[in-house]
Amino acid sequence: MKLRSLLAGATLALLTSTAYAGDVRIMWYSDGVEGEVLADLMKRFMDKNPDIKVTIDNVAFGVIKEQLPVQLEAGHGPDIARVTALKDLSRHWLDLRPLISDAAYWDANFGAQADWMRPDGSNQISGFMTQVTLTGGFANKTLFEQAGVPLPGPDATWDDWAAASKKVADSQQIPFAMALDRSGHRITAPNIAFGANYIGADGKPAPLDKGAKDFITKFVGWTNDGVMSKDVWVSAAGQTYRAAADDFINAQLAYYYSGSWQIPNFATKIGNGFDWVATGSPCGPAACTGMPGGAGLVAVKYTKNPKDVAKVMDYLASEAVVKEFSERTLFIPAHKGILDKGDLNFKTEDPQVKAALDVFVKASKTTAPAAQKMPGWRWADTVYGALVTRVAQVIAGELPLDDAFTRIDSDVATKVKDSGL
Amino acid sequence: MTAPLETASKPSAVQHLGAIALAPVRLVMGLIDRPLRALQRMTGLSGMAIFFLAPNMLIFGIFVLLPLFINFVYSTTGGSALFLPERSYVGADQYQRLFDCSNYLDPLTCQEDAFWTAVSNTFWFVVLQVTLMIGAALVTALILNRNLAARSFWRAVFFFPVLLSPVVVGLIWRWILQRQGLLNFILYPFGVDPYTWLTDRTWSFAAAVGVSLWAHMGFYALILLAGLQAIPKDLYEAADMDGTKPARVFWRITLPLLMPNLVVVIVLALIRSVQVFDEVYILTGGGPGTSTLFITQYIYETGFVSQPRNPGLAAAASILMGLVLVVLTLVQLGLGRRGEKKGKR
Repeated sequence: MKLRSLLAGATLALLTSTAYAGDVRIMWYSDGVEGEVLADLMKRFMDKNPDIKVTIDNVAFGVIKEQLPVQLEAGHGPDIARVTALKDLSRHWLDLRPLISDAAYWDANFGAQADWMRPDGSNQISGFMTQVTLTGGFANKTLFEQAGVPLPGPDATWDDWAAASKKVADSQQIPFAMALDRSGHRITAPNIAFGANYIGADGKPAPLDKGAKDFITKFVGWTNDGVMSKDVWVSAAGQTYRAAADDFINAQLAYYYSGSWQIPNFATKIGNGFDWVATGSPCGPAACTGMPGGAGLVAVKYTKNPKDVAKVMDYLASEAVVKEFSERTLFIPAHKGILDKGDLNFKTEDPQVKAALDVFVKASKTTAPAAQKMPGWRWADTVYGALVTRVAQVIAGELPLDDAFTRIDSDVATKVKDSGL
Repeated sequence: MTAPLETASKPSAVQHLGAIALAPVRLVMGLIDRPLRALQRMTGLSGMAIFFLAPNMLIFGIFVLLPLFINFVYSTTGGSALFLPERSYVGADQYQRLFDCSNYLDPLTCQEDAFWTAVSNTFWFVVLQVTLMIGAALVTALILNRNLAARSFWRAVFFFPVLLSPVVVGLIWRWILQRQGLLNFILYPFGVDPYTWLTDRTWSFAAAVGVSLWAHMGFYALILLAGLQAIPKDLYEAADMDGTKPARVFWRITLPLLMPNLVVVIVLALIRSVQVFDEVYILTGGGPGTSTLFITQYIYETGFVSQPRNPGLAAAASILMGLVLVVLTLVQLGLGRRGEKKGKR
């Protein structure tokens, strides 16, 4: 598999290094239907701009995560890419500010996330978010109703949800009450809700504080008690991402903590199987917060055709196109103008989807400041990686919890030292 | 004296076609003949050997030796940058880091605990997998060597998994072994509650060994089968006439004469199992915890997945793994030569 991935990467690198004037290559991954929507939008763009030929390379998320960084380090890559590691790779992004038609429009509408994707201290415009996401919970409403357990209210705590979900699981004989994706980003939301702050005074990672330790201790306890699914956390080693979405889709969970990007997935795969609701993020002692994030479309500075790239980016960032893209993909847009107008008409007949999107749009307004800082923080992925690796070892019974806390701090410190920054 | 009949007769159409096909070859040979003869006069026969080997050695050098050298250089550098000029020279720091350990038998006392966990897992995997592989392949080859009904069909059945991509192998077995998988579906009517085989430390390791065995056994069985078929039948006939017991025939005739093939199989299986990665990565992802994390996955994750990446540490680990493979290859060569010498005697 490794060899094939490398060959695929090499082929892509070769393709992307042979650009001609007017050629713009986009490396794109999809969670749902967004690849098809983009293809449709690009076809319309090329009809109006016959001198620019846009090619879309649809790739797996793994290629974006593991091969694109290698290509970029080698000074190659596509002209435009859809990525999630926006800050970490920001030195490879093209500054579109002098190339786009109206930088003020970009600043006004995408300014809130601009810092997530540019080198620290610059005012560069690297691209825009194709979607903003927020972590949050989903409850299987049908299972709660069948168990006669009322759904906890909007200000319910993590303990409230755990207790209610446990009752449902016991009553309905499902394997686990709750699940949380195997992801440092996901577990950071409840950590912050419990008062965690990862960022030290010098901007570098701080040792794990009481807030983070409190939630992790609770989380490990729940996996030991069978309240929280341990399967998803022990199903891999290292920093590998694993989602528990399939368990929720198969009605094996009463409560699932993931994020807004799951909505199109649930709409397609659950259908009329059961009723489900988005719940926002449960509360901790410090906040009721989710973690913001999302995927951004960025221009790569190694492009041979920066002017054409800017034209494509201008088109994709225009209000009408962003609105259409969001409505068809069921993604929450980053565009401030569109959000302020509030006239998004998501293309779905499913009332559950509309209700869930409303919950996430509402929850995005109460995100904790500590959570808001994370997407633009250089070391976020480093801390996430250490959290996932060590907490999974604790759940698997390999490492005592206190040792894991020590290891997380030392892992992060070593990575910071390794980076030479 | 009369000329031979065939030279006297007219050339056939086939001979005409042959002559036409050979014409360009003769032309090329004619063109290079003189320069090659001149070169041979200058360099002698040994020089010509070098001349003909040079293209192959050049390709080998570019695609094997040069990357090996670059890998070694990487292992002496630090930082997360990929371009060598952007990396800082750190000498043997990466190796020191890998070997920084209070007790090598307890990975948690090591700085790079994941590396030593991977080393330990790989060691036990190699011991178990190779032992079981050789046993299973030998038994399978012995059975397939008998006069079975539909023998070719059974040979194909055992060889079929070898043709599958490791990713497919991993996915098939994951679907069988996961909580809502085929195995639990089969066991449920017998009163066995659904079990998560792949998230249990012992079962997941057993699954990694078993799946690897299933995927590769056919290949080794085929090599042993070829060895079995090369054993002269008259030896068995003589043993049969002497009334020798089957077990004695196996230990005194089959096994000694199969030994050269067995040595090849053991060494190939050893090398392959040290490199284990793809099917196990798909099957268990290295989990639960780190119970099926092997060296290749450690290298891959350190160099490509972890944030920030550490290509230097990954290169150092791969150099160490390469040394193990070199030792195994030398063992294979040594045993092969010993076998050849014995054969000549």
